[in-house]
Amino acid sequence: MEVYFFYLKRFAELRTLGGLCLILLGAPGSLHAAGVDFDRDISPILSQKCFACHGPDEEKIKGDLRLDMPDATQGPFAQREGYRIITPGDPDNSELWQRIIATDPDEQMPPPESRHEPLSELQRQKMKEWISQGAKYEAFWAFAAPIKRPIPEVSNPEWMKHPIDRWVMKRLEENGMEASPPADPRTLLRRLSFDLTGLPPSVEVLTRFAKDPSETRYEEAVDRFLNSPQYGEHMAKYWLDLVRFADTNGLHHDHYRDMTPYRDWVIRAFNENLPFDAFISHQLAGDLFPSPTQDQMIASGFNRLHLIIDVGTALPEESYTRNVVDRVTAVGTAFMGLTVQCASCHDHKFDPITTKDFYQLFAFFNNFDGKPETGGRSGLDFKRGLQAPYIDLPNASQRHDLNQLDAALSELREESKKLKEAVAGKESSPQAENLKTLEKAIQDQQKRRDALMMQVPAAMVMKERDEVRPAFILKRGVYDQYGDEVMRDTPSFLPAMPKKGETPSRLDLAQWMVRSDHPLTARVAVNRFWQQCFGMGLVKTSEDFGLQGERPSHPELLDYLARDFIESNWNLKRLMKQLVMSKTYRQSSGVSPHQRDIDPANRWLGRGSRYRMDSEMIRDQIFEISELLNPVMGGKSVKPPQPAKLWEIVAMPFSYPKVYEPDQGGGKYRRSLYTFWKRAQPPPQMSLFDAPSREACVARRERTNTPLQALMMMNEPEFFRAAFHMASQLLEPEGQSDELRLARAYEQVTSQLLKIREQRLLTDALGSFRRFYQDDPEAAGKLIEPFSGGMVGSEQTSEMAAWTMVVHSLFNLDWVRHRQ
Amino acid sequence: MSPTVQWQQLQTRRSFLKWSAMGLGSSVLGHLIHGQEASRGLPTHHTPRAKRVIFLFMAGAPSQLDLFDFKPDLHKQFNQPLPPSVSNGQRVTAMTRGKEQIVAPSMFQFTPKGQNGIFMCELLPHLSEVVDDLCIIKSTHTDAINHDPAKTMFCTGSQIPGKASLGSWLSYGLGSLNRNLPDFMVLNSAFWTGGTGNVQALYSRLWGSGFLPSKHQGVSLQPEGDPVLFLSNPQGVSREVRGQMLDLVTALNQEHLKELGDPEIQTTIAQQEMAFRMQASVPELTDMSQEPEHVLTMYGPEVHKTGSFARNCLLARRMVERDVRFVQLFHRGWDHHVGLPKKIRGQAFDVDQPAGALIKDLKLRGLLDETLVVFGGEFGRTTFGQGKIERDQYGRDHHPRCFTTWMAGGGIRGGMTYGQTDDFSYNIVKDPVHVNDFNATILHQLGIDHQRLSFPFQGLDQRLTGVEGATVVKGILS
Repeated sequence: MEVYFFYLKRFAELRTLGGLCLILLGAPGSLHAAGVDFDRDISPILSQKCFACHGPDEEKIKGDLRLDMPDATQGPFAQREGYRIITPGDPDNSELWQRIIATDPDEQMPPPESRHEPLSELQRQKMKEWISQGAKYEAFWAFAAPIKRPIPEVSNPEWMKHPIDRWVMKRLEENGMEASPPADPRTLLRRLSFDLTGLPPSVEVLTRFAKDPSETRYEEAVDRFLNSPQYGEHMAKYWLDLVRFADTNGLHHDHYRDMTPYRDWVIRAFNENLPFDAFISHQLAGDLFPSPTQDQMIASGFNRLHLIIDVGTALPEESYTRNVVDRVTAVGTAFMGLTVQCASCHDHKFDPITTKDFYQLFAFFNNFDGKPETGGRSGLDFKRGLQAPYIDLPNASQRHDLNQLDAALSELREESKKLKEAVAGKESSPQAENLKTLEKAIQDQQKRRDALMMQVPAAMVMKERDEVRPAFILKRGVYDQYGDEVMRDTPSFLPAMPKKGETPSRLDLAQWMVRSDHPLTARVAVNRFWQQCFGMGLVKTSEDFGLQGERPSHPELLDYLARDFIESNWNLKRLMKQLVMSKTYRQSSGVSPHQRDIDPANRWLGRGSRYRMDSEMIRDQIFEISELLNPVMGGKSVKPPQPAKLWEIVAMPFSYPKVYEPDQGGGKYRRSLYTFWKRAQPPPQMSLFDAPSREACVARRERTNTPLQALMMMNEPEFFRAAFHMASQLLEPEGQSDELRLARAYEQVTSQLLKIREQRLLTDALGSFRRFYQDDPEAAGKLIEPFSGGMVGSEQTSEMAAWTMVVHSLFNLDWVRHRQ
Repeated sequence: MSPTVQWQQLQTRRSFLKWSAMGLGSSVLGHLIHGQEASRGLPTHHTPRAKRVIFLFMAGAPSQLDLFDFKPDLHKQFNQPLPPSVSNGQRVTAMTRGKEQIVAPSMFQFTPKGQNGIFMCELLPHLSEVVDDLCIIKSTHTDAINHDPAKTMFCTGSQIPGKASLGSWLSYGLGSLNRNLPDFMVLNSAFWTGGTGNVQALYSRLWGSGFLPSKHQGVSLQPEGDPVLFLSNPQGVSREVRGQMLDLVTALNQEHLKELGDPEIQTTIAQQEMAFRMQASVPELTDMSQEPEHVLTMYGPEVHKTGSFARNCLLARRMVERDVRFVQLFHRGWDHHVGLPKKIRGQAFDVDQPAGALIKDLKLRGLLDETLVVFGGEFGRTTFGQGKIERDQYGRDHHPRCFTTWMAGGGIRGGMTYGQTDDFSYNIVKDPVHVNDFNATILHQLGIDHQRLSFPFQGLDQRLTGVEGATVVKGILS
């Protein structure tokens, strides 16, 4: 009943707002177990097959029929001349059904000339059943606030201890499935370590846990990982995809752009467990908080992460519009899981987002007090990759130096001013010579200051113009085709924003976004953290919670987690802990042929997940296990070695920078999230493993398995160096047996103990590598020379080469690619 | 021992090969193409006329007026303002906004060539020789006026970055024809003759897979170093050692697979095997030493320089011979805002002979029937000049309203022109071909209905040809 009234209330609210709405009233839940569920079964069919011509896009409506608004005069229940589109309970007298089964091409729906395939047999059955049962419309799940429902009882007492497990087990029981046994301690700890820190566990931590894999020890491990600084780095990696963080502008010259203080802030925010609602609102509107903190200002740089063109080719008005659309698109994807940008040209085809809704959101972001294109290439800002407005962030010593330089400069300038007055008209006097010297001194001093400023970090921030710029609907999204003027407002199908005066601010929007009754924000966030730990979200399309997105596999669980997250004051570490403490999470990911048949994608969570790790996790892992990883956090992006000339072949001749100059020393082995990201040519070690180009917001990476990846694992020179490095460490303690060394290497790479069959394979391979390199010491020399610097004695060369190959083979195991 | 011979030997004795069973790529049109079974004649929407495509992309946008779209009477308009009835409020770039639009006729000679007397420019003597195989489309047009969005538009069907490129759609839709090389390969010229003063960037998105799985993205062949990234074994690792290493890796992965049952491990094994094959097949592909002298001569002197357009044309032929589905060449340097006459001569020198040779060479080998060769830039150039305007000195701004492309082979009618522009080469007056129509026609020749090749993303059934719809250019099909 509660649910029912909720919908009633929502409906009334929407009607009084006069908003276009899809959220419509029926008797919710009444069709559930009976077979056909509107939300699950019917809504996707209507959306995919009908809405293009009979849906929210007012301009495209055909036959004066809208199937998204049942109660409207254009709706399916209205009495038409001699017929009804839907007669509830009576398919035979429903034009909709008659058109679905029609064979005459003039009658048939969807029409044969449309791009839509006819309904499948199953879809037809569902439609017929739905009409027979009364054709009740229901609210679209994602646009109504999440509700905490009573947690179900399940028969297995072990699965009664954790709310997640109870929801999951309920579904498993309903589907006649069983849960899997827990993963073995080593696999489990490896999984946990990767999911919370992006890195494998050390052998010490692993051994300790394997000896005592108790609940307490597990929980301790969870806490330790959550409190390690690497946690923030790993969480940030996902966030940077979502907001398309990069180190270049992404258009035309694709010049350098320094947003790294924003990245540092993201890492810090995760590590300090900034409440997630604040994490969101600081990004949307940190600059508008009363006396904003430095961090709030930096966070507002979220609004500056869009692609931006350099001045001189596009029309500035067009660039300006493009930037704002990009900004709004990011807000839609990152926080709401909606494809709002579809409505920039026309009303959304599937979701109830009108162009007016879009431009009302646009109006919050079109008041940026800065240029729509980056400036010319002269000046210090260009070299620093900055564009006003920005704030300088000198450290204490830099600040001290700057103060000194500035004091000296102003003194010199004062002096020069006086001298100029004195010299006026007497160009050949000794004073004139002094003036020259003085001006030279000013120049030198200025150069020193510039050099220092090159080192000083700065954060580009958001800033409002004093006078609010009017916003208009842009017809078909074209920058100069103005339609009606619009006021700042939120989409009409979502909770209304309380009006606080004439023009709401971006801060009002931010606060609206994290309202506790917002149907999307918490669900979208929770789902992505679930995706991070389980490989796939409860809503698989974590980027799209609209009608074309997939329905949640466990809607009640998603709602439970979302509500719980909000009630915990958006405590993210608590949520992460909740996820990984569940039995669901801790299951073994082994899969029987039977399980694979009935649930190939593991949507019912009857086993642990297994997925190919992201590029960053693969690369960082190799440097971590070979002890090359440089743990330094934060700061400017680094350039680890990559194959030569990749930039030159695509870059404009005057792009800055045009040539990739790899770092020497510390920069080579930093964690991958610090790697310099050129949007036109992202680092191949990342993009080969499906990292996005960061030109658009990405909530979910592809996970492919390609020969190019295999080649990279086989031949990336730094991976060979890592193998050599690890081999040297293995050989360092003298007098150890091959068996012992092989076991150590295997454990370091896979977190597993070496079993007899594997041991035999490795021993044999070691033998052949040895024979090969003993027979061909020259080859051995060539292999290790680039890494050893000639320090290894000739006798040991073959041994080193053989062990390098063994370790390198281990790096190529599926263990390194997949987390299980 | 040459890599090829080594490879053939190892093919027979590589023990790890025998384990391979899993497919390498799947095709949405219904079939799994197993690594061992890559085959011809996949099921398509209709009977294909072409199996493979070579796309010669002229990045920077060549002037249609100076290469193809002959306007015999335009010289009478020299230095005259462009009539407003012609420009009709057309938007311009930031570079020529607010400036007077003065007509700059082409200084180059055009003479009738081929059986049908098609007017060809003096800058294209070699393409003139194969004009009977070319279908010259004078009425191509696009939506975007600046390079970056226009290239993205032509290559991915949308100005907004993030969509899948033409080649990745083909890989996704048609699967593999061969088991040793990628489906989609990209060749970027490393240099060009038209000057480096105003050269636009290329973006990997132009051959990216966008929302499609990344295994469908174009593999860009590098002019220097490893042609495919990370292809070569490091010094001191011979093919034999590599084989041993992969034997070990495969055996250990097999143990893992037995324990866990995840077929993804099998895919890892299969892809390592493919990588191993590519270590031989790619050097074999790029090794030109067996090409006879007369073939090299045909492509012109630049063929001996790695990274040249000529060499890339020859490589493209070698690729389609080996059944790479889609090869895309990018040649930059066409953005001639100033000093066009000199620069376009250089560009024509780069492109004319190799492109002509490619057509001839494919024809001689009987490959042209099943190989569609297409040529085009991201837009055209204005009839009004930019910079100093003299009879033999001028530049031209961007012009999306009309430009010339051509197609050859693959079921396209040769020896014809299609579409027509007005006397100023400013507006299309007959048979417009939008770039989406152009792409739809390419798909059509490969047996794909562009309406039905789709992929769900962001709530839409995404298509190469966009939501506005496109039309196959039936008038050019043979």
